[in-house]
Amino acid sequence: MSDTTHDGALATSKPPSPDEGLTPAELAAKYGLSVSGARPGLFEYVRQLWSRRHFILAFSSAKLMAQYSQAKLGQIWQVATPLLNALVYYLIFGLILKAGRGMDQDTYIPFLVMGIFVFTFTQSSVMAGVRAISGNLGLVRALHFPRASLPISFSLQQLQQLGYSMIVVFAVAVGFGNYPKLSWLLVLPALFLQFVFNTGLAMIMARMGSKTPDLAQLMPFVMRTWMYASGVMFSINEYLKEAPAWVGNVLQWNPAAIYMDLIRFALIDKYDSSFLPPHVWAFAVGWAVIIGLGGFVYFWKAEERYGRG
Amino acid sequence: MADGFDPNYTPDGARIPTVIADDVHIVYRVNAGGGGKGSATAALSKIIRRKGEQPGVRKVHAVRGVSFTAYRGEAIGLIGSNGSGKSTLLRAIAGLLPCESGKVYTDGQPSLLGVNAALMNDLTGERNVMLGGLAMGMSREEIKERYQGIVDFSGINEKGDFITLPMRTYSSGMAARLRFSIAAAKNHDVLMIDEALATGDRRFQIRSEERIRELRKEAGTVFLVSHSNKSIRDTCDRVLWLEKGELLMDGPTEEVVKAYEKETSR
Repeated sequence: MSDTTHDGALATSKPPSPDEGLTPAELAAKYGLSVSGARPGLFEYVRQLWSRRHFILAFSSAKLMAQYSQAKLGQIWQVATPLLNALVYYLIFGLILKAGRGMDQDTYIPFLVMGIFVFTFTQSSVMAGVRAISGNLGLVRALHFPRASLPISFSLQQLQQLGYSMIVVFAVAVGFGNYPKLSWLLVLPALFLQFVFNTGLAMIMARMGSKTPDLAQLMPFVMRTWMYASGVMFSINEYLKEAPAWVGNVLQWNPAAIYMDLIRFALIDKYDSSFLPPHVWAFAVGWAVIIGLGGFVYFWKAEERYGRG
Repeated sequence: MADGFDPNYTPDGARIPTVIADDVHIVYRVNAGGGGKGSATAALSKIIRRKGEQPGVRKVHAVRGVSFTAYRGEAIGLIGSNGSGKSTLLRAIAGLLPCESGKVYTDGQPSLLGVNAALMNDLTGERNVMLGGLAMGMSREEIKERYQGIVDFSGINEKGDFITLPMRTYSSGMAARLRFSIAAAKNHDVLMIDEALATGDRRFQIRSEERIRELRKEAGTVFLVSHSNKSIRDTCDRVLWLEKGELLMDGPTEEVVKAYEKETSR
């Protein structure tokens, strides 16, 4: 091959180069080379992320599709799994433990189902977030893309999953005498805010999990504690009647409880504003902005280090 | 080609660098799960004993102080025994693995040839083409444009309509062919190939070698990791020989490969 001999000859008898004596850094600067794998600025990062939006979407729906692709019933499980979940909780908390104190059965069952699904949305986003980087090191070490694509993609997957669960939620709401009306539209802003909150949380967990994969073992316990403290299967108001008002408020101001209550408020007629803590929408927005933005910046700060295992 | 019109040279006769590695060190940290003895008590006692160090973490120093400059128009081979740090070095050049110390400067974004990690076995070949293309940073339109080309190149549909079946139903050779076809659908400035040549049957190998030559022509600089001295001789004009993470030799292909062969045949 002619160009082999050409370059081979070059390597043995180098012509005097004007670049001789430059240090690597000077040489790089002269030809405008940039440091490989350096972290881009925050705005540049957002731009890169936006240009990968199709990948983020495709990756999340691919993960969702792959989930049940080996099962015989296939995608039916998307709806059947949350339905079975709701049944189990109803059996234990509704029939055996009778945790629906302060509510009649027609209110309690939708209350419980919504609590479980809305909390599961946050819970599974966190769990997927922990493993978003550490469980996809192969991908991180093979291809270039802003790493935030992964946690965002995983919480999008959970959002799509929640979409299926909402079918069950609406069915249950109607089944217990709550018919569609204008307030149902409040579900949209509430779920959007929760999604932003979840994504921020997933990004925080992704960065922590990339350094300490052990979190995947620890988080189920943390999440379960959070679930029992957030009034998923009981009304915080009702159970903390004797405690000072601020205790109930603090518990109800926790993000999981806020988003759950907003969905219940939107869909259940008898779950009126007396069940909600004061300033509930302000808290819903606040949590989304603080955790969403904070999580994003926190994740971006370690962008160049995610390949390390 | 050595006259003033060669695009690989500046007007004053200097070669244009595309990749500069400056004293690169790469260290893997492995969570060895308690080290030698696998039991839980052993892991626990290790955590208690070793107070200062991070518990259960072992360091593997994979690349030790490698420096070189690659120029536009070069095809560089990386040789060395298994575990000598070739693939690790490639990943560092691509910016996928952070350096412990030292720096890698590059012109544009070097990319590894390969999308295996982005593909999912439970999805159809069709969806994997889309997913893999997006993962490599192609746009939807680009992928749609090249979709038929990718499928034809892979030859997946030669034995029936396999592209609409999940990838887990493919034979290992078929899956490898589809993976290569997706990966090779994109053009790169700095292209890095990690032993991608040895997939598929004989006919596909010839086809893929041809495609790699095409990619080489379009790319500014090519890096090739291979254990086949023949494919190194065929494609590369400069070779880096790595051993135990250190750069043992850097020079024209024939010189380095001869020295390597002498060393390995002993």
